[in-house]
Amino acid sequence: MNLRFEKVTMRYGQQCALDDFSLSIDDARCIALIGPSGGGKSTTLRLLAGLETPSSGSIQINGTEIGSSEPERLAYRKRTGVVFQAFNLFPHFDALTNVALPLEKVHGYSHSASIEKAETILEQFQLSEHRFKKPAELSGGQNQRVAIARALAPDPDTIFLDEPTSALDPEMTAEVLDAIERLIDAKKDLVIATHQMGFAKHAANQIALIAEGKLVETGPAAQVIENPQSPRTQKFLSACLSF
Amino acid sequence: MTPRSLFFDSESASKPPSALARAASFAIALLALSLCLFAAFYVLQYEWNWSSVFRYKAKFLKGWLATLGISSISLIFSFLVGAIATLCYRSRFLPLKYLANIYVELIRGTPLLVQIYIFFYVIANAADIQNRYLVGICIMAIFSGAYISEILRAGIEGVGRSQLLSAKAIGFSEYQTFRYVIAPQALRSSLPALAGQTANLIKDSSLLSIIAISEFTLNAQEVNAFTYSSFESFFPLAIGYLALTLPIMRLSRILEKRLRFET
Repeated sequence: MNLRFEKVTMRYGQQCALDDFSLSIDDARCIALIGPSGGGKSTTLRLLAGLETPSSGSIQINGTEIGSSEPERLAYRKRTGVVFQAFNLFPHFDALTNVALPLEKVHGYSHSASIEKAETILEQFQLSEHRFKKPAELSGGQNQRVAIARALAPDPDTIFLDEPTSALDPEMTAEVLDAIERLIDAKKDLVIATHQMGFAKHAANQIALIAEGKLVETGPAAQVIENPQSPRTQKFLSACLSF
Repeated sequence: MTPRSLFFDSESASKPPSALARAASFAIALLALSLCLFAAFYVLQYEWNWSSVFRYKAKFLKGWLATLGISSISLIFSFLVGAIATLCYRSRFLPLKYLANIYVELIRGTPLLVQIYIFFYVIANAADIQNRYLVGICIMAIFSGAYISEILRAGIEGVGRSQLLSAKAIGFSEYQTFRYVIAPQALRSSLPALAGQTANLIKDSSLLSIIAISEFTLNAQEVNAFTYSSFESFFPLAIGYLALTLPIMRLSRILEKRLRFET
């Protein structure tokens, strides 16, 4: 996967989430976005996922611009998957329907084919026994695995994960990170915003550290974490490792 | 069981009062209210005359059924009106949005009595609607529709932004987002309030008696006039309305409780 941000600015009212942000990454399978909360990671991810339009600047993924018209962006979103920090499953549907409904309504599967596919995917994530439970009846880790299954089910080119483990305890975090590794095994391109430095280091090829709406440093994962060049990265990483 | 536990709720939420305690306390509350009522009539030295009122029981039933019918039909139309107003309010076409806004504010800001007069003497006359019942149903549908529209709007606005973001990420179109994500959640969270509004509609329909629609309240007033009694017929009237509204309010409570457990 190739990513290119050129002079991207993103404003929410007065607040500037990304400020003249440029980033260029080539040939990565898994990109980790790290950095302090409120620094612009989530905004970067939302822009990449086509959920929001930048105030100015251009964003390319694999050489094509993410369209600026809504039909183009809708078509783009159908080819990508997103996993959110708070799972964002639909509370009125059970796990199976949460996974199957987009297949049927967005991706043209017949009803029975969508159910079949959803059951296969849930099985892969060891969720078969929970398929008729609603999100309120599932643990955080289970919910997040359902959300990952939902993102994977339509076989997207790229999956974006926005701090997928930040709302979870350590055990659930491990179970979700395990599920994310399956996405890597399934040869999906991933972009993940995360605070899990260990995971970023071992799963990601490329890391970008974003702080205060700017790109601070980017490079191969091991290099950025073990041998950071910028003082801002050094400060952030030493804070991550000190406790 | 101590006398205290018979009349006081325990401090811990996990221990609800026993059935006996609830029954006894309920009886006491009911008794106290009844005593007040009896005392009032005792002071008035009122001569009861139930037998003459009882002869008109068929008339009461007829009026009660009329109220039930008018309310039911009005309810269906008020949902329709309310849903359309809500959709207009959410429209990107601004004149439609303002139309819905003005409608809701006008109806909510004026007394039903005034609306009945204006609709009956001005609009219905101008439109040459002869059937009083039709006029009554129109008035109630328009009146209740404004409140239902507000309830639905609040329900829709209560659907979290994260849900909308999720629907967008999945690739749902705007219509699909509304159909599969917003509408089911909004309707569910609105149900208790909608049930409450149904009870209101039934009670408010009593005002239709002023334009001589022969519903429950008008029939009761007529019985009072026929029998030269003062208020015997108001008691069956109150009980008749309670028979309709109590189950609905109970349903509203149950829905509320279920909603609380689900989310």
